[in-house]
Amino acid sequence: MSAAGDRPIIEAGPEGGFALGPLDGLLNLARKHSLWYLLFGTACCAIELMQTGGPRADADRFGFLFRPTPRQADVLILAGTITYRMASRIRRLHEQMAEPRYVIAMGSCANTGGLFQGSYSVVKGGDLIVPVDVYIPGCPPRPEALLEGLMLLQQKVEREPYLRKIRGELPLPADPWPAGKECKE
Amino acid sequence: MSPAEELATCQAALAGALGEAPTVGGAAPDPAGAAAPAGDAWLEVPAARWREACRAARDLPELGFDFLRSLAGVDRPEAGRIDVVAHLFSYRHRRALVLRTSLERAAPELDSVAQVWPAADWHERELWDLLGVRLRGHPDLRRLLLPEDWPGHPLRKDWQEPAEYRGIPTRREARATAGELAKQTYLAPRGLGRDPAGGQPDGGGGA
Ligand code: SF4
Repeated sequence: MSAAGDRPIIEAGPEGGFALGPLDGLLNLARKHSLWYLLFGTACCAIELMQTGGPRADADRFGFLFRPTPRQADVLILAGTITYRMASRIRRLHEQMAEPRYVIAMGSCANTGGLFQGSYSVVKGGDLIVPVDVYIPGCPPRPEALLEGLMLLQQKVEREPYLRKIRGELPLPADPWPAGKECKE
Repeated sequence: MSPAEELATCQAALAGALGEAPTVGGAAPDPAGAAAPAGDAWLEVPAARWREACRAARDLPELGFDFLRSLAGVDRPEAGRIDVVAHLFSYRHRRALVLRTSLERAAPELDSVAQVWPAADWHERELWDLLGVRLRGHPDLRRLLLPEDWPGHPLRKDWQEPAEYRGIPTRREARATAGELAKQTYLAPRGLGRDPAGGQPDGGGGA
């Protein structure tokens, strides 16, 4: 039995088990194992994204399920080259996701523009349009690398003072888009 | 038939249809057909007769170019011209042809051939998008690859990349700060992809 920080203690016994810990930790335990990602890709990296969801890499076993709509998704994976024309769509998808929401930049293109850096039509990195939590190098990253990125995100989620945030005791992660500025249809 | 003979046949047939012979340009094919030419030779058509020539190339039985392989442009600022090049192929005769015309760079305008080969539709939109060639009579001349409010036509050799597009920096010097992200205006408050001045929708059908 060991406890590190806010992490709950989980014990399995003959009569069933129990988990003991701060509520934050328990909530985070649930959250980190149900990070649903948006099934969305903009270029070749999306093929590896699909592969990661397939039976061999089997992202489902960590709780990474794909969702077809941003309204049910927690994670936006920027899988592929982002053109300026696509930028507004990506931003719109991100805004349609409920907080807390996370972004993973998958592959060189989403990190920096990749091999299309010199192009007039390519955004030089996804973090120029949405805030990014995890960067995964590679062109494309293998499914293993994407899984590692998702697991890094789990670690981040695990450490968040989630309860205090939703109670308003701590500010939510710096919101780059002040309320009322956009989407006031 | 050697490439030289094929080109001569096409030239003669087009001359019959247009009343003037198109000139042969580029590496003339070796008459003996021995050495491979350095590149495709082409037939140069006056811009004013472009659609006529294309229609003839498709319809004359001895030409029968039923397939448009590609339609592209070349910017030649030193000559003050923009060239438009069409690569054609005839399935009937198993033969290829390059048609070319030259436009004034200051105000390039050309008749659309989307009615001749439907495949030309998107090629011509690309011509407009990247080189700024206006296609007269095109059914739907919008940009193909870039957003509608994009400044200029980037395949022009003198095009300068602006420092930012709707607040997104076009160079990667540093990660955008939260404040910089907040200043970006490319997602207009109302409706996806409409520019704030109330211009055209950028073809995205909304989300
Ligand atoms: S990083 Fe490589 S594989 Fe991924 S979208 Fe870019 S070019 Fe394609």
